[in-house]
This record gives sequence, C-alpha cells and structure tokens, in this order.
Amino acid sequence: MLIDTLITGLVAGGTYALVAMGLTIQFGISRIMNLAHGDTIIAACFASFVLFSVFGLSPILALMIVVPVGYVLSDAVYRIIMRPLVARAPNAGALEVDSILVTFGLLFVIQGVLLVAFGGNYTGYAFLNTPVDLFGTIVAANRLLALLLALVFGITLIFVLSRTRWGMTLRAVSIAPENAPLVGIDINRAARTAFALGGALAATAGVVVSMYQTFTATIGVIFTMKALIVVILGGKGSLTGALIGGLLLGLVETFVAAYIDPGLTLAATYAIFLLLLILRPTGFFGQAG
Amino acid sequence: MNTTVAFILAAAALAGLAIAPLFLNAYGIGLLVGMTGYVVLASAWAMFSGPTRYVSLATVAFFGIGAYTVAVLSETLPYPLVLLCACAIGLTVALIVGLSTLRLAGIYFVIFTFGLAELIRQLVTWYEVNVTGTLGRYIFLPFEGIHIYWQLLALAAATLLLSWWINRSRLGLALRAVGDDEVVAAHAGINVSRAKLMLFALSATIITLVGAIQAPRWVYVEPAIVFNPTISFLTLIMALLGGATRLWGPALGAIPLFLLFEWLSANFPNYFSIILGVFFIGIVFFLPQGVLAKIEGLRRPARKAPPENKERSGAA
Repeated sequence: MLIDTLITGLVAGGTYALVAMGLTIQFGISRIMNLAHGDTIIAACFASFVLFSVFGLSPILALMIVVPVGYVLSDAVYRIIMRPLVARAPNAGALEVDSILVTFGLLFVIQGVLLVAFGGNYTGYAFLNTPVDLFGTIVAANRLLALLLALVFGITLIFVLSRTRWGMTLRAVSIAPENAPLVGIDINRAARTAFALGGALAATAGVVVSMYQTFTATIGVIFTMKALIVVILGGKGSLTGALIGGLLLGLVETFVAAYIDPGLTLAATYAIFLLLLILRPTGFFGQAG
Repeated sequence: MNTTVAFILAAAALAGLAIAPLFLNAYGIGLLVGMTGYVVLASAWAMFSGPTRYVSLATVAFFGIGAYTVAVLSETLPYPLVLLCACAIGLTVALIVGLSTLRLAGIYFVIFTFGLAELIRQLVTWYEVNVTGTLGRYIFLPFEGIHIYWQLLALAAATLLLSWWINRSRLGLALRAVGDDEVVAAHAGINVSRAKLMLFALSATIITLVGAIQAPRWVYVEPAIVFNPTISFLTLIMALLGGATRLWGPALGAIPLFLLFEWLSANFPNYFSIILGVFFIGIVFFLPQGVLAKIEGLRRPARKAPPENKERSGAA
C-alpha cells in the first residue's frame, strides 16, 4: 500500500513537475503568465492519441513529432499574439495583466477546437499496459516510463539552463531584463525562445500524460491550476523549485487520496498553497521581490 | 452632464425597466433576467478589478456560493434570512482569499482565484456525498421570472449607485492610486491592503447575492451547474468590452454581449467556446480600455490623445 501510493504519487508528481517547468520558464523569462498552458498539454495528448490509434505510432516516437511541433506552434503564438502585447506594454505589470487576459481567451479557443474535433468524452489508448513488479508491488510499465521520461527531461533541462552559454543567456534575461541588452543579449529572441521552450515542455508533458491516463478536452484548466500552484510552491521562475514542487504536489495528492479521501485532493493542494502564501510567499527556491 | 439631470435620467430608465416585463412574454422576461444578472456581475467585478487592475477569475466561485446556499437553506429559513446567510458566507470566503493574497503581488491573487471555483465545487461535492448524502437539490420558492427580475434590477441600481459613490469617496481615490502605482500609493499614506480588501469583499458579496437571487430559476441545483466556469469568463469579457474603469462601462458591455452569446449558444452551440475565445482575444488587442474610452478617443481627435497603453501603466 505504502510503496504503491509512493510510486503513484511520484508518477503524478513527475508529470506535474514537467507541466510546471514549462509554465515557470514562460513566466520567468518571457514574463507571460500562460493560462492556456494546460490546454496545450491536452492538445498534445490528443495529438499522440491520433498518432497512436490512426498511424500506429508509439508515444515514444510521437514525442519526436509532437514536441518539435509544440515548439514551432508556440513560437508562432508568441510572434503573432504575445509580441504585440509585449511591445505595447509600458511595464511588466501591464504585460502580466494583458498576458493573463489574452491567454485566458486562448484557453477557450484551444478547448473549443478540441471539443469540436474530438467531442467531450474521456479518451485514451492502451500503451505498455504490462504489469511490472517493483519492490513487491505491481505497477503498470507505462507509469514507470512516464516517471522516467519526466525526470530525464526535467533534469536535462535544468542542466542545460545552468551549464550552457545558451542557458545562461536565458537566465540573464530572467534575472535582469533591463541589463541583458547591455551585454548584447537579444531580449525579444530570448523571450520567444523561452515561450516556445515552454510550449515544447507542455507538448512533452501531454504525450507523457496520454501514455497512462485518460483525458478530455476540458481538463486542461486542472493542469494549469496545479502547474500554477507548483510554480508558486517552488518560487517563480525556478526550475529546480518546479521539479521538487511538482513531485511534492503529486505525493501529497496521492497520499491524501489514499489515506484520507479522494474527494479532498484539491483541498489539500489549496491548504498547502494557503500555508505557503502566509508563511513564505516567495516559494522554496524563489528570491524575494 | 449635470449630476441632478443624470440622476433623473437614471431613475426614469430604472422605472421604464421595472415596468418593461409587464409587456413581455416568458422568454422576454427570461432574457431580461439573464441580462440584468450579467449587468450586476460585470459591474461588481469591475468595482474591484477596474481601479486596482487585479484580474479576478473567481466570479463563479461567489456566484455559486450564493446559489448553493439558497438551495440548501430555502426550505428551513425565510427568504430574506437565506439571502443574508449567503452574503455572510460569500463575505467570509472573500475575506479569507483577500487576507491571504491581497497583501502580495497581483499574480498570487490571480492564481488563487483561478482555482477557487473548482476548489469550492469539489468541497461542496465532497460534503454532500459524504456528510449529507444528497448530491443535487431542489429549490421550491414561490418566485416567477418577474420577481427575480425585480430583485436583480434593484440590486443593479444599488450596485451602480455604490460604484458611483465609491468613485467619489476617499476609498475610490485610494484605489485609483493603487492601480496607478502601488508603491507611490503606499508612500502617500494609503493603507493599500485594507483598501483592496474592503473593495474585494464588497464586490464578492454583490456577486454572491446575484447567485442567490438567480438560484430559484434553476429549480434543480447541482455543484456542476452553479459553479460553471463560463460565468467567470463571460463576466470578465463583458466588463472589459465596456471598460472596467467606467461606471457604465460594464453594463454597456454586458447587454450586447449577453444577447450575442444567447444567439450564439442557440445557433452555434458547438463553436461557442471558439467564438468566445477569439472575441476575447480581439477585445484585449483592439479595445484594451473598452468601448467607452474608444468612442471618447474618436470624438476628440483634435486633442492629442494619449496613447492607450500609457493609461494602463502601473498594474501590479
């Protein structure tokens, strides 16, 4: 029971971490609070569902298609919708409000398109649904794979952003957007890259989620909500924070569901959120301000 | 315009609207009820979010609290007391949310309100399933559409009057200062958190009342019905279209959009949310200050109009 819950929690947490990392990159570097993030994930879920059931493509191969497409589409969304808002915003606060409003609209557009295309029912497919014996408990192989993928992607990203020159450029924009141009950094390009990267992460999360869980066109907001809480939990813009916060949220949810009541998972999440707001609003890994 | 003249005109319009349903059929009254409901929702939303520029996504959380309170208590308490209870619950929730988020940057407030409706919906569902064992309730109150309409109309008038008064009071001035620049406002001696909290609580209470008054129309109430997130979305888009910083802006946005959405959901139910989303993005792009400000800008082209985006500066 305990090991079982622990593994389920880690699997869910790995997904939340992946979801939240995309959001925190977009918010930390591009300064866009993307409320349509969860719907991007669900769109990727449906994409891998189509690739699997129509073309017989395994989700692992689907990653190689869906993730680049996610990157390119998010890049386009940034160029068409976000860039004009960034250009007209007199300060970060105004951009925050505008981006919240515009992505709120985008949320309904994506959700509407998915509803028209796939209807409102729960969808899913069976992939690697073979039982694996792990420390005496039976776990579906697809769940383990999902956890593995989430960790690999998450840790690779943290490594790339903290160790490469390209990652340093992005972090510079996140920390000091006013000063970054002084050392020759193209802020506009960095912001676009970060937004597209966030979209690619959402696409990755979507494929990973679709491997082990059913989904509907309307549950995107739930993902966005949890990702937002994880972002605050870990500290705005902190990738390590998002990774740890995501795993923590997954564990808390699963333990509450297993030992207290499945109907109270969101309440537990919000209880943590409330405590954090009162005790340490900058998050575990965030800087003040 | 002279204030007295404006008041006389408003009173005449109110009287006209009050007798309007006597000449309408049931469908017409239904439209009036929905429209007035959204006028109040949008005005109450803008009361807080307009001057402070804190985007509240929790409209339906309070609306649902109001409606569900009526569903639970309508059998046991007299109607005015039920409304009072709904207000008290809405106010309490608003104070909890406000106290924990409004002293922080705006983004925490947005995130908290984004999930609030879902949280309350799940809590209510959990409570009903586990404690009372009844999910879904019937409301038997001797109200027809016209009674609900009159109550909403009175609430609309009260809300607009309140907005007008707040705008002229110290509180309104303080809030506009907060919207322009929170740090400057704090240095000018304004208790920023308190001003925001008071207005948020007031706005949330009005929204709760709208839910409570409209509840008898459903007859059958379930958490999934009264906590429908589209209500938050529609309220937001209506207030933005008219202009959230103007007294009449939200009302002017609510009336045409309500009719449009009514028509859309009747004729294009499948494409409803796509059209809604596109519409919303369009408003953010082309009418960031709302229709009223746009019209004013067009009427006075000679005066060098300040660029629209500059007016938006200083959001938290």
